[in-house]
Amino acid sequence: MSQVNDVDVKDAFPGLVADYQDALYRFGLRLTANSHDAEEIAQEAFVRAYRWLAVHGLDSVELKPWLYRVALNAFRNRVRRPRPATTSLDDALELPDRDDLQPAQRAECTETRAELARLLARLPLRYREAVVLRHVEDLTYADMAAILRRPEGTIKSDVHRGLGLLRAALAPLREEVRV
Amino acid sequence: MTEAELIEHLGDLRDVQAPATLRRGALLRTGLADAYFPLDTPLGRLYVAHNERGLSAVLYAPSPEDFEAAFQAELGRAVAPRPASPRLVSTLREWLRGDRHHKLRFDLRGLGPFQQAVLFKALEIPYGQIRPYSWIAREIGRPQAVRAVGTALAHNPIPLFIPCHRVVRSDGHLGQYSLIGPEAKRQVLQAEGVPIERLRELAESGVRYFGSDTTRIFCFPTCRYNKTLTERHRVTFASEVQARAAGYRPCKVCRPAA
Repeated sequence: MSQVNDVDVKDAFPGLVADYQDALYRFGLRLTANSHDAEEIAQEAFVRAYRWLAVHGLDSVELKPWLYRVALNAFRNRVRRPRPATTSLDDALELPDRDDLQPAQRAECTETRAELARLLARLPLRYREAVVLRHVEDLTYADMAAILRRPEGTIKSDVHRGLGLLRAALAPLREEVRV
Repeated sequence: MTEAELIEHLGDLRDVQAPATLRRGALLRTGLADAYFPLDTPLGRLYVAHNERGLSAVLYAPSPEDFEAAFQAELGRAVAPRPASPRLVSTLREWLRGDRHHKLRFDLRGLGPFQQAVLFKALEIPYGQIRPYSWIAREIGRPQAVRAVGTALAHNPIPLFIPCHRVVRSDGHLGQYSLIGPEAKRQVLQAEGVPIERLRELAESGVRYFGSDTTRIFCFPTCRYNKTLTERHRVTFASEVQARAAGYRPCKVCRPAA
């Protein structure tokens, strides 16, 4: 049995949270379009990750895809669980996040960005997860296969289908804007 | 919109920063950050930090942000606000009144063995009593280290609850105090009913110990056995040598001498 150095994990973990907090928060935010849910998902992922790492050690996993996997499970548990309908999807779309951004970044927040974030979070789960991991998180298909536990070929077609649904959803909105 | 344009727009969604509360919450929930809350005391608003090992810090700070920065700098780990349980608050308030019926635990991990020994020894000094720095030094088996005892107490991370304020100079002056300043030390001791001025006058006139001519035992002036000692039976001593020469033995409770 390999020896796990508990002290190493304790020392390393705050840095690990600092390194991955933006990624996991963004992952949650793009899946849910809700900043509160995003924070809960990321926090839950870190707590579960810590419990595993404290027992099995930092070398027991390939950190980046594994953390996404843990966050994905936290997200799936959250959507599966019925919760009080206090927050609607539109509630915390883009606006709450803007407060956290620098002024320069805030200026970049276009209407397209908000609209796309909303539509993305309404895609069927299967396509949503695939599109977010591939085109927002910029992960490789190999990593995605490990995270989603599906063959790469299937994931490629899910991404393709997801993009198609998004384009279809964006088209009528574009028309409206032009009118 | 073409697929390439859509992919570019999706890439724009990458630009997100996690709120500060996320990291703090994660560290708090994993036990890697301490929790803290404000506690209003006669000395003003203090901040109390704790974790699963016990109290880890008590600090005065002008704002929560200042406290968080000071804690991080002193202890090298994060701290996050969390309301205290009513039970903990009532235990803390009991301790401030001198009631230690409910136990408090202390997390003194980051401190060296000498400083820990000094602080645990200070914990033995009862409410309303004072001891000189040299007493701690002798009690922990380092009689020459009086100055180092002063330094260790000055860096007490948990003032008030580890009562470093009950350790004063043998000449009756109060000495330094880590929490806010020397004036706060005076205030806390007065609140505990320690007759500071009278003790200093006694010390200045050379009195270090009280003895009872009926028991022939000598004590520190604030020892609880002196509460019932009447002026008629009280003798005073300037030193242990003088007391022993007069046929007195040291009190076994306040241990003014080995």
